[in-house]
Amino acid sequence: MIVELGAFALILALVLSALQTGLAMAGRLRRSPVLAGAAEGAAIAGAVAVALAFAVLIWAFAVSDFSVSNVAANSHTDKPMLYKISGAWGSHEGSLVLWCLVLTGFGAVLARARGLPFGLKVSAIATQGALGVMFLAFTVFTSNPFVRLNPAPFQGNSLNPLLQDPALAVHPPLLYLGYVGLSVCFSLAVAALIEGRANSSFWPAWGRWIRPWALASWAFLTTGITLGAFWAYYELGWGGWWFWDPVENASFMPWLAATALLHSAVVTERRGALVGWTAFLALLAFTLSILGAFIVRSGVPTSVHAFAVDPERGMVLLAILAVASGAAFALFAWRAPQLKGGGMFAPVSREGALVLNNVFLTASCATVMLGTLYPLILEAADGATISVGPPYFALTFVPLMVAALLILPAGPLLAWKRGDLKGVGQRLALAAGLAILMALLGWMAFEPKKALSAAGIGLGAWLIFGTLAEVAERLRLFRAPFAETLRRARSLPLGAWGTTLAHAGLGVFVLGAVVETGYRVEAARALAPGQMIEAGKWAVRLDSVRVVEGPNYLAEQGRLTVTLRDGSAPTAVIAERRFFPTGGQTTTEVGLDFRGLDDVYVVLGERVRNEAGDPAWTVRVWWNPWARLIFLGPAIMALGGLLSLLDRRLRIGVSRRKRTA
Amino acid sequence: MNWLPKSPKARRRLWVVAIVAPVLALAVGLSLYAMRDNVTFFFSPSETTDEDAPVGRVIRLGGLVEAGSVVHGANGEVAFAVTDNAATTRIVFHGDLPDLFREGQGVVTQGAFLPDRSFRATQVLAKHDENYMPREVADRLKSKGEWRPESDAPATGAATL
Repeated sequence: MIVELGAFALILALVLSALQTGLAMAGRLRRSPVLAGAAEGAAIAGAVAVALAFAVLIWAFAVSDFSVSNVAANSHTDKPMLYKISGAWGSHEGSLVLWCLVLTGFGAVLARARGLPFGLKVSAIATQGALGVMFLAFTVFTSNPFVRLNPAPFQGNSLNPLLQDPALAVHPPLLYLGYVGLSVCFSLAVAALIEGRANSSFWPAWGRWIRPWALASWAFLTTGITLGAFWAYYELGWGGWWFWDPVENASFMPWLAATALLHSAVVTERRGALVGWTAFLALLAFTLSILGAFIVRSGVPTSVHAFAVDPERGMVLLAILAVASGAAFALFAWRAPQLKGGGMFAPVSREGALVLNNVFLTASCATVMLGTLYPLILEAADGATISVGPPYFALTFVPLMVAALLILPAGPLLAWKRGDLKGVGQRLALAAGLAILMALLGWMAFEPKKALSAAGIGLGAWLIFGTLAEVAERLRLFRAPFAETLRRARSLPLGAWGTTLAHAGLGVFVLGAVVETGYRVEAARALAPGQMIEAGKWAVRLDSVRVVEGPNYLAEQGRLTVTLRDGSAPTAVIAERRFFPTGGQTTTEVGLDFRGLDDVYVVLGERVRNEAGDPAWTVRVWWNPWARLIFLGPAIMALGGLLSLLDRRLRIGVSRRKRTA
Repeated sequence: MNWLPKSPKARRRLWVVAIVAPVLALAVGLSLYAMRDNVTFFFSPSETTDEDAPVGRVIRLGGLVEAGSVVHGANGEVAFAVTDNAATTRIVFHGDLPDLFREGQGVVTQGAFLPDRSFRATQVLAKHDENYMPREVADRLKSKGEWRPESDAPATGAATL
């Protein structure tokens, strides 16, 4: 009964979304606040209905109602409660409901937003409703999670064990908040293209409205992608964290577009310029989100980690992509020539630097897209099956990004309208010197000597010191009395702190990525208990292996000791090889020994026989120097995004209410 | 700088082009250059002729892991055979096989041929899905009429029974 309620709520949400679109369009045409208000109500009711459906789905998973085919296919009574619940969004159907929930939920927030002009808001609500109709119809008609099984099985098939992991329980919701958050930017861009006025005060305001959405989506995407990378790092046991796999690129492309959007929206807000470009990026970012969903779900590009794959239903996503983005870009092509932003600008200025940032970000996004889609294009064209591997991305994406990062610290130091390049150079001289010093130190400290990796360390340091130089400049650190600096620090807007954190966090990430990639040491050997393996300065001894029983798996649990090569500083680590009888799958639980910024990463492999014929286990050890920074950096970046979001200047409704109070 | 256009609008456009063009040229150039050398072609064992897959060129080789062919050597070296039921290639791999590697299942390996026409794999790819059948492998088997989706372990069902 409750399950039927969920199915009903989902259909109701579809009807409400259709109603939302219709009412909003009628309200816009007749300029009727009553109809528009009804559309807002439909948007909120739709979100409530999807939330109800999602709650019912979670309930069905929590109580293991195997009469629901989705539950039977993805759950099991032995599964821990956390993974029963996360199983609700672990499959194609469930994750689509989550997608719809975020879509309608943000639509409801948009409906409640204050301070937007009537026409813009109503058009955006209509667009958001139309997106809701497409995705809800897709869910209800092709991927309904509430389909019953008759007779109901006694036991379910369980969730893929690799997905039974805390990081992966929260990874999809965060990622979807980012992906689908971009739908609001999309709707606001479509609305602006419909309403777009030549008057110059409209566009700066529009830039201000779109920014919080872009910022929030970007912060969620950053966190979601990082969690995914971290999961791949410790759960797959391959020693790496990014493989340039199509599925990874699928989430990375919207991130790059959202990053570009974030920066160009600032120019639109402050200078009323780049109007068409910002609108284009807003359309592009959500288009890439849908493309990402297609890549992940269709299974068309060969990926090492694709879940919830179903080619036929993937094609429906391609159709949604064609309709939604096709219509939006057609609208763009029609209206863009009529858009008139303000804006004259000099090449050497803050806006000039932001344009350069956008050019680099979109160019690198394009190279990632080419590398991801080229195998598909070639296969369609002449049937050859190819794969584009990490070397391609190292040769294309990395140089473009390096160029972008080299100019990054100069951007925030340049003034709007007319920057002073010489002054910026003087203010960054110290940072540049420190960065070069760091590169030299890095070159001396790490073995083997690698010039490129040392230069990469310099680049990371340049980002961090360059960003700090900008804050120091603003606070007049060491040049004014300390009390003055403190006073300035307090009055510095949160948005400025957010920018600083995001840029410095990027530098932290670069340091981690460069050092880990350049200097990681890998070793493998078949070890009998008591034997050792060495990797760089570390030695790992296999102490014992025993069989342990988990809630829904059996595991060979290896107890190992990590020490320095001279035997000092021992730490115990546990690495497991788990066998899940349901589904018959084996997974790896990596043993991670956190050593300051470094990881000693231990994988217990298959049981074999060693040279003497005794039972032994293949033990694989990685020494990943500075690996901690790879995940710390993006966390700092996301925190920067959060700080910027809290900036009062970005919150239109709040400041207005404050003024009346 | 009197060669600059007079109107501010045209001047801005010129600047934008001046910024965008080099970056675009760089991106296109890098992509073309990288595409030339870093694209890996996929083959099934019966397609790996000397001309198409010469010794030393990095390719992807995929097929079904032949039942009973997996031999674990000392020091983590694994040898196995991959077949498309028309031809079989012997593969040597040094390292840990993916958790989902099983006899009778589809597998994609990356590496290069040695002079003795055995294949040295540097990477063995497997997906996180227990129903995994690499799409390329499935396509090749279908085109050869060797695709038997009804059995769990295609083509080796008979061999193991």
